[in-house]
Amino acid sequence: MEFLGYFGGVFEPIALMLLFAGTVGGLILGATPGLSPTMAVALLIPFTFHLSPTQGLILLGAAYTSTVAGGAVSAILLKIPGAPANIATALDGNEMAKRGEGARALHLSFLASGVGGVIGVLLLIFLTPVLAQWALKFGPSHLFWIAILGVTVIGSLDSKSFVKGLLSGCIGLWLSTIGTDDIMGADRFIFVDALSGGITIIPALIGLFAIPQVLDMFAKGRVSAVIDTVDVPRYKFLDSFKELIRSFRALSIGTVIGSIIGLIPGVGGQIAGLVAYDQARNFSPQKDKFGTGHSEGVIAAESANNAMVGPSLVPLLTLSIPGSPTAAVLLGGLLIHGIFPGSDIFDKHPEVVWTFINSMLLGQILMVIFGIYTAAWAARIAKAPIPILAAGVLVLALFGSYSVGQSMGDVQIMLVLGIGMYILEKFGFSAAPLVLGLILGPIAGDYFNNGSMIAAAQDGPWVYFFTGPLNIVLIVMVVASIAYSFWTNMLRASFAKSPLEGASK
Amino acid sequence: MKTLLKTALLSAAAITVSATLAFAADFPDRPIGVAVSYGAGGATDFQARIVTMVAGNEDILGQPIYILNKPGAGGRKGWNWFATEAEADGYTMSAYNIPHFIAQSIKGGVKYSAASFEPIANWGADPAVVVVGKDSKFNTMQDLIEYAKANPGKTTTSGAGLFVGHHIAALQIEKACACKLAYIPTKGGGAAAMKAVIAGEVLAGVNNLSDAFRAREAGNVKILGVADLERNEFMKDVPTLKEAGLEVDNSSVNFRGLMVKKGTPQAVIDKLAAQVPLMFAHARVAKRMKAGGSPMKIMSRDEVKAMWAAREATLKDLLAGL
Repeated sequence: MEFLGYFGGVFEPIALMLLFAGTVGGLILGATPGLSPTMAVALLIPFTFHLSPTQGLILLGAAYTSTVAGGAVSAILLKIPGAPANIATALDGNEMAKRGEGARALHLSFLASGVGGVIGVLLLIFLTPVLAQWALKFGPSHLFWIAILGVTVIGSLDSKSFVKGLLSGCIGLWLSTIGTDDIMGADRFIFVDALSGGITIIPALIGLFAIPQVLDMFAKGRVSAVIDTVDVPRYKFLDSFKELIRSFRALSIGTVIGSIIGLIPGVGGQIAGLVAYDQARNFSPQKDKFGTGHSEGVIAAESANNAMVGPSLVPLLTLSIPGSPTAAVLLGGLLIHGIFPGSDIFDKHPEVVWTFINSMLLGQILMVIFGIYTAAWAARIAKAPIPILAAGVLVLALFGSYSVGQSMGDVQIMLVLGIGMYILEKFGFSAAPLVLGLILGPIAGDYFNNGSMIAAAQDGPWVYFFTGPLNIVLIVMVVASIAYSFWTNMLRASFAKSPLEGASK
Repeated sequence: MKTLLKTALLSAAAITVSATLAFAADFPDRPIGVAVSYGAGGATDFQARIVTMVAGNEDILGQPIYILNKPGAGGRKGWNWFATEAEADGYTMSAYNIPHFIAQSIKGGVKYSAASFEPIANWGADPAVVVVGKDSKFNTMQDLIEYAKANPGKTTTSGAGLFVGHHIAALQIEKACACKLAYIPTKGGGAAAMKAVIAGEVLAGVNNLSDAFRAREAGNVKILGVADLERNEFMKDVPTLKEAGLEVDNSSVNFRGLMVKKGTPQAVIDKLAAQVPLMFAHARVAKRMKAGGSPMKIMSRDEVKAMWAAREATLKDLLAGL
């Protein structure tokens, strides 16, 4: 309970001001497509030069927390996931927004983020020493199996058809091989300069999700001269709160999965949201509602990606190992003030570390308050006439993909993928499995390469990848996951054939 | 008539000359960009942001410097962009990493070589060190080499990637001891390579001195040797590899500095070469760099030119057999 003693530091006038500024600024940056949490934190570091270490970290901590949650705003309202963490949020959130329930989706997303986030930070406060050693146990072979576990989700994710899900996952896996392979040093499928660094993930996300939607909107605008606007009712905060409590299952699945995945260095929050979304659906009695604007999908995804924030700092603070790109940027923020993370950081700089952690805790709560406050008017975006909305999304998509690396190459990648995805969607494929393939492909491939190089110097790949308790547990989970998707798929197929199903229609 | 023509020509020439001079004298009249070939938050990006923070001071450049991140393919994407698309006017500089870009250009497949760029000044030098986990059975370089000799190809050694300083150091160690290591280029850079050492996934690692220093402060690793010509002030107790009996020089030291594209007006290069070292030497920069554990080494344009040439020769020799 040592941390309670340092709450005073957060309530000093300047610290409190920075906390407000970091939270509001973070929400805005997070909601801007193309500005990932990593970039937002990196952009803020120069500002901390002029602050004391504690003040600087309060700003960074608040910004980290709220950019992750802010990404949900553009994912829900515009179907532009600001970062990989928000992909799963876009799946159901955007469907809700289209029905005019944007405010409800935003309320739930911020509340779920807050709950997940607070629990994640509490884990960081109470279990850091225990968890730190646990995080180190994951070597290349385990990370390879975790990535494969993620791949097994592909077939069932946001797809009417199992086979089409697998196929679009494979397209994603193939796309992920483009570029220079850092481990073997080989060039793969680079035909134009823009591809030499591979497909950058954020422009790809923007293209795959936003562009098909924009094209659809323009198409609609041509057909009907009459502009149909969506009615956007106001949602009471209390109703959303009650709904969150009713969705306890999705909330707890999201929080647990987010915390575990956040802890493992090298996998990061990119897939926390998607895995949580998939599990929440597996355990839900209303499986079929997912993907059609079901609130549980938003809750699971957002609680997972904010629950990940706290645990992702465990390896950073105690072992000086940044587990995610954002944590690496925060490490820079610590170093610049002469604070070297390590097992003794809580003894050496308790005032800095505890104030930092406390500010994240408070930041989560402030983030919920500001988020809810702005949700009502942000949701009115759905009221905008469709052609104007489409043009706006297109501008944001171009701006977002350019701003990642100030490169027109990224904009071209975004447009090509977007137009390709539009055509694929016409044939019943969906973007989420493709994106999952794109994200997991390099993780699986690189850790496999890495592991086999280590294995070659030890007892060979069979021993390295297939023995040891952790490997076996993960392999069992992979097999179970594949079996489960086949089983549910067969079940669905036999239902469709049975006369009973036909009669009920 | 003739006189008139002469006067006209002379004045035209005078205008041209004064325009060039004025251009150099006015330079810079707008902010300058520095392209960093690695992502935001990486060591190069982090240091570049610090060393350029006083550029706007009137006695330095009088214009601020902003950072452009162009990450991808181990830096190749950014330097390809710089060599082919950036303007050669001094308003776009690039941060270089030695030996990375020279080694990459020797291996081929990129659109640049040392001849594509003009160095301005060097700000930092981060030597490679050999690290092992805190509970490792190896306590000295000799222990490690003996093991490597007895078990060829079994000494797993992590490093940040191929053709970076860590890889060069591993190659030099192999050459010097006439033994075979198993170099493991790790996805995720130096931090991931260090994690592999701390977690015991590999027997040893080559890593940055600055990161190894912090890992040792945190009680996670032992540092066996430093691949430099002399011991480092951050760790006087660690011997150089040469002292440990290995013929390894400073070719793997990661030098960082600023360069412009070939073809930049000489006057602009001269102005930058004069002012940029002052910027690096600024007291506020030094204070921040020291706090961050980032070793500084300020070198003038001529010193950097000589260093590049020396590196190119050594690396050509070292990479010839690969």
